[in-house]
Amino acid sequence: MIVQTLAFYLFAVVAVASGIMVVGARNPVHSVLFLILAFFNSAGLFILLGAELLAMILIIVYVGAVAVLFLFVVMMLDVNFVALREGFARYLPVGALVGAVLLLELLLVLGAWVVAPGALERAGVPIAPAGEVTNAAALGAVLYTKYIYLFQAAGLVLLVAMIGAIVLTLRERTGVRRQSAARQLARRSEDTLDIRDVTTGSGV
Amino acid sequence: MDALLREYLPILMFLGIAAGIAAAAVGASLVLARQRPDPEKLSPYECGFEAFDDARRKFDVRFYLVAIIFIIFDLEIAFLFPWAITLKETGVLGFWSMVLFLGVLTVGFVYEWKKGALDWE
Repeated sequence: MIVQTLAFYLFAVVAVASGIMVVGARNPVHSVLFLILAFFNSAGLFILLGAELLAMILIIVYVGAVAVLFLFVVMMLDVNFVALREGFARYLPVGALVGAVLLLELLLVLGAWVVAPGALERAGVPIAPAGEVTNAAALGAVLYTKYIYLFQAAGLVLLVAMIGAIVLTLRERTGVRRQSAARQLARRSEDTLDIRDVTTGSGV
Repeated sequence: MDALLREYLPILMFLGIAAGIAAAAVGASLVLARQRPDPEKLSPYECGFEAFDDARRKFDVRFYLVAIIFIIFDLEIAFLFPWAITLKETGVLGFWSMVLFLGVLTVGFVYEWKKGALDWE
C-alpha cells in the first residue's frame, strides 16, 4: 500500500512538473520531449487506478503517434530562437487578455457547475466490477453495441481527419519520377539483358 | 486491485533501476572524469568533417502526412483489441458494427491510395 502511495506521488509530481516544463521550455523540441514524459507518467497513474487498457493505449497512441506528429510539426516550424523571443513584449497585452478571458470562462464554468438530477443513476452502465473481467473486456462489452452510434461517429471522425490531411498537405509535384510497381514487375530479363559471347581481346 | 498492481511491481522496479543506472552513469562521469573542455571538443561532431549547416530547418510536409495517416490506422487498431476479446458476448451486432467501422475507414484508405498519398516520389 505504501508503495502504491509513493508511486502515485512520484508519477503525479513528475507529470505536473513536466507539464509545466512543456509550457516553460524555450526549445520547442524540449517541450515535446517533456510532453512525452507527461504522457508516460499519466499512463502510470492510469495503471494505479486499474485502467490498464487506457494506460497502454495512452502509450501506443499518444506517445507513439501524437507526440511524433508534434515533433514533425515542430520540425516544420522554422525554429529560429532569436526570432522566437523578439516580439514578446509586443504580444504580451493580447496574450494576457486572451489568458484572462479563458480563466474567467473556466471560473464561470466551475462556479455554475450543477450535476443534473438523476444523471448519476442513468450514467451507470451495468459493468462487471474490476477483478472479474479485464479492462478491455469491460469496454468491449458496451462500446460496440450499446454505444454503437458513438463508435460509428468515431469512425467518421477518423475518415474526415484522413481526407482532411490529404486535401491539405498533398500536392502534385511535376517532374518527379514515380515508382510503378506494375511496370517493374512486367519487365522481363530478355527486354533489358543481352548476353554476348566475346572472345578475349577483340572487344564488343 | 492489489493483485493487478502487484503484477506491475517488477516494471516499477525496472524503472527505479534504470533511473539509478542513468543517474550513476551521468553523475560519475561528471564527478570522476577530468573535465577540460575547449571549443574544438564541444563543437558538433559529424563523422570527421565540419558540420555543413544548421540541423534546424524546415522538413517536407509529406512527413506530416505519413504521420497523420499512421495515427489514424493506429487508432483503428486500438479499437480492434477490446472488440476481439468480447466478440463472443457482443454477438452479431458487435461484429457488424466493427465491419461498418472498418468499411468507413476502408473508404478513406481507397481514397488515399487513389490520390497517391502513399506513394513516395
